[in-house]
Amino acid sequence: MSRDADGSTTDRHPLFLPLVVLGGLIQGFGLAYSGMARPEVVLDFLQFDDLGLILVMGGAAVVSGLTFVVATHFLDRAPLSGDRYGRRTRSMDRNVAIGGVVFGVGWGVSGICPGAAYASLGIGNLPILWAIAGMFVGAYTQGYLRSRSQAESPHSITADD
Amino acid sequence: MIEGAPEAVMAFFPRGTTQYLVGGVMVAAGIAVIYLGTAIIPGNSTFLETTLSYVSNVSRFNRPSYLASRDWRVVFALSIVAGAALWGLVLDPGPFVTRVQPWRLFGGGVLVGIGTRIGKGCTAGHGVCGLGSASTTSLVNVVLFVGVAIVTATVVAALGVTP
Repeated sequence: MSRDADGSTTDRHPLFLPLVVLGGLIQGFGLAYSGMARPEVVLDFLQFDDLGLILVMGGAAVVSGLTFVVATHFLDRAPLSGDRYGRRTRSMDRNVAIGGVVFGVGWGVSGICPGAAYASLGIGNLPILWAIAGMFVGAYTQGYLRSRSQAESPHSITADD
Repeated sequence: MIEGAPEAVMAFFPRGTTQYLVGGVMVAAGIAVIYLGTAIIPGNSTFLETTLSYVSNVSRFNRPSYLASRDWRVVFALSIVAGAALWGLVLDPGPFVTRVQPWRLFGGGVLVGIGTRIGKGCTAGHGVCGLGSASTTSLVNVVLFVGVAIVTATVVAALGVTP
């Protein structure tokens, strides 16, 4: 499987960072507008009181699906990086399932996911800093443990994203 | 609001439907802008690990692909913050402060941090980009995290925790 483009720092197009800013602004606006930046709205979905989240994720997946189809079938290389367009694929393994379950418990407890948490800060919801701090603690913990187990048995961990 | 939808269906959308559809399309549009320009598929949870490389020498956070992308991922996350702030300024909805308790935000956040990184993606990476890519791996991940989250939120509510 080919690695996703990652925006290496060498020979970056001058419009690279401005485009990242533009994309982030649009996504942040959308996350706030959709209500996903409010944990209460997500928790209402999870308890079937308000199914709006289906429309958010569904609407987003349809648009991203169209984008992937158009780019991979009709376009050649990205203008700002020269990289080829690809779909987002990941190898299936046990970690995908374990991670999904752990994420699900966390999402169900807190009502917030990473992108929505950044947007939540933007709408002035300062208590969301608890969640963002927790996410960093969690990301650090798994990274520390994986690096340590990898050092002990370098062949036991499969490469991923 | 979707016109002509039966009342029984609309009962499941007490806040209406427009903002959900428009917001979802904008979320994907923000990703598409970056993707079409650069071929990069920008998820939101990788930022947690790449940013840790600034303060930690743990090998996992200092992989070449992380070091190469950590600066624009910071810019991306800050732009999401700014985009949401812009929404507040433009539409002036008044201040919002969540009533969900800090222990839920922090404890849930820790598990979100662990789970999204072990599982290779979050709501954006697997949910929006992965499903949009018709990835079976992402479908498995999404079904699991949505299903488990429904059970978890229901159990937490049943235990009398509000909100």
